[in-house]
Amino acid sequence: MNTWHAYFKEQGKAPDWAYPIRFEQEQEVDADVLVIGGGIAGCWAAISAARQGSNVVLVEKGDTVRSGAGGPGCDHWCDAPANPLSNVDPDEWAQHMAERPYCNGIGLQIQCRENYDTLLELEQMGGKIRDTDDEYVGAEGRDEKTKFMISPRYGRMHSYLPVDKTTEGKTFKSNPDRKRNNVVIRVWGSTFKPALKKECKRLGVKIFDRVMATSLLTENGVQGARVVGATGFNNRTGEFMIFKSKATILATAGAGSIWLISTELGGYSNMMSRTITGDGTVMAWKAGAELTTMEASGVLRIATGLKHKWYTGAGDASYENVPIVDANGKVLPYPIQGWVDAGAMMPSPEVEQAIREGILKGEYALPFYGDFPSMPDVERRATWNLMLGEESTTKIITRTFNEAGYDPSRDLLQSYKFIEGSSLPQWREGGYGGGIVVDWDLKTTLDGLYAAGMQMFSPEDHSFCAATGRYAGRKAAAYARQVGESKIPREQVDREKARVYAPVKRSSGMDWKELHAGIARAMQYYVSEFKTESLLNMGLNTLRKIEEESVPLLFALDPHKLMRSLEDVSLLTYATIIIQAQLARKASSMPLGLQRIDYPAMDPPEWRKFLTIKQENGKVKIGELPLSFWGNMKEQYEARNKDYTGVYKGK
Amino acid sequence: MTQRKLSALPNITTPSSPVVFNPDICDGCNTCVEVCQIDVFMPNPEKGKPPIILHPDECWYGGCCVNDCPRPGAITFKWALQHRGYWKNKATGEVHQI
Repeated sequence: MNTWHAYFKEQGKAPDWAYPIRFEQEQEVDADVLVIGGGIAGCWAAISAARQGSNVVLVEKGDTVRSGAGGPGCDHWCDAPANPLSNVDPDEWAQHMAERPYCNGIGLQIQCRENYDTLLELEQMGGKIRDTDDEYVGAEGRDEKTKFMISPRYGRMHSYLPVDKTTEGKTFKSNPDRKRNNVVIRVWGSTFKPALKKECKRLGVKIFDRVMATSLLTENGVQGARVVGATGFNNRTGEFMIFKSKATILATAGAGSIWLISTELGGYSNMMSRTITGDGTVMAWKAGAELTTMEASGVLRIATGLKHKWYTGAGDASYENVPIVDANGKVLPYPIQGWVDAGAMMPSPEVEQAIREGILKGEYALPFYGDFPSMPDVERRATWNLMLGEESTTKIITRTFNEAGYDPSRDLLQSYKFIEGSSLPQWREGGYGGGIVVDWDLKTTLDGLYAAGMQMFSPEDHSFCAATGRYAGRKAAAYARQVGESKIPREQVDREKARVYAPVKRSSGMDWKELHAGIARAMQYYVSEFKTESLLNMGLNTLRKIEEESVPLLFALDPHKLMRSLEDVSLLTYATIIIQAQLARKASSMPLGLQRIDYPAMDPPEWRKFLTIKQENGKVKIGELPLSFWGNMKEQYEARNKDYTGVYKGK
Repeated sequence: MTQRKLSALPNITTPSSPVVFNPDICDGCNTCVEVCQIDVFMPNPEKGKPPIILHPDECWYGGCCVNDCPRPGAITFKWALQHRGYWKNKATGEVHQI
């Protein structure tokens, strides 16, 4: 055994820290373009800026080879209407996707116009995007000429919203005969991340792995001024990093575990790994950038730490075409995101309720199962090996099942739907909705600062992150070519250094997990199902008390625990912003998951707008933007991208 | 049971080992240490030996450590008991668990 305890018992002492300790030592690095976050968006941003000739530095908290939510894999290349098998016009599809309230029309337009080019570039780098080994000949959606595998997702049903499941889907002007839309491509996503890191290295991107960025530096240290760099520290050695840049791209993610932390199953507490702690958003906030949709939250559906992480059957990503049956083999009226139901992913509330009643009356026997054996062989393999085998964290799940003796052609896979119960309303997440306001250059409201992928407000999926990262990279590179050198504000660096190292200077105190759990509990009590001004203010006061009384007690023994401690401080600030934004929206909203008891009217017309939030001279300032503040998507995009050259042809 | 002297240790974090190493196959190349975005592992102080599982409680069960291991069988995934999935043989009705 190689656990810490086993080592201790065998050796009679704890192992020494494996890395040299360099607390407070400084390393300065210069960049034209600094990219913070080495996930999908960050890698693409770095590659794209490097191709423009920029000197690019990439900072990543883990190791770029597999870091980020899309590190282990990716199953679907969504919203790719520019692919040759698509039956809809990219601009019409983008416009359609942008009809959902509080979405990101800028990012969607970029995704729909450029993510197919992005995919082809991924193939150039070694990513697998076609069935070149002819593993799935005969599968529905497979095109023999291109060897692309089209997914049933969005085939005709094209939205996650239950309301769309009750309709036949939309008829597009560009697809009057209602052929399948063919906008989603099945891909071998586990090949992507290593290929991206390799390309970064090939292009000379300087990668700083295991470095957590902690703050943005602004001109003369002034909030709201041009961003001129960032600070960070190495989470293995503790070394302090000072990055000086002409342009900076934030490409970290939202915050994943604000409402829920299982202190012994940290990685099970939410959909994303512990590393997703809102660092980038908080850095931008402190620097004075404007954020929006921060008031959004929703109930966690899976992976709550108290439930089963394994996909529960129909209604879940990647579980395409698998009929759901009860314990006696009776087929349930559940959509299966398949060819037969045109890609519908979720049941309507009525269907869900009918199944629940059927269970109680004894019509459906629990537990339910995914009936893999009933599927045609090639479809079964496409779902089990490709969709589930290439999706982020399900690759290891299918592998474990295979090694344990599960055979999809023979065995039914148990579904935990219903038997594990629903999430409690206070197990929430806010990670996906809130983020940084950007313009058509993906520039934030601060000069020198850009944002891409999940760092932006209302982000979408993997290919959204890839395409927007690639776009932000070329825009930031163009900006960096125009601006002069700047000076690092030393006072700001010194202040940040004092903040960063405080937890390792103490000899005892509060552990990061206790702080995290304390924040989560405050959010569960005061920022949950029942929202009123007074409850939200109690939440704000509780967080303030944590900041004043508990944060100064944070104790970290080593650089790793220091990272976790500082992540907690990010989460705390992020939680505070959420409450401030919820207080500012004096109305309830269905799409934002905001139900206010003191303002019960749901989405009244006067509140159908983005609320923005930022800091000015340390004070919170609320603003607003119209729902489609980006204007005509096609025209705006075209006006700013006349020089766009499509798929990269350089070396 | 014959041991007379015991060390005093705190409770073991559960699960304490999201993976199991096979020291006969693992050559301590530390690929798993590098691909883990969490830093669950730390290189073993003794070169050539399997890494130490230092932060099992932070594992997000992403699986890259196992999937990217260059030596098959050197590292296998071990789900916590409460997270082990079930399946049923369609013909016999026999239920199995990982």
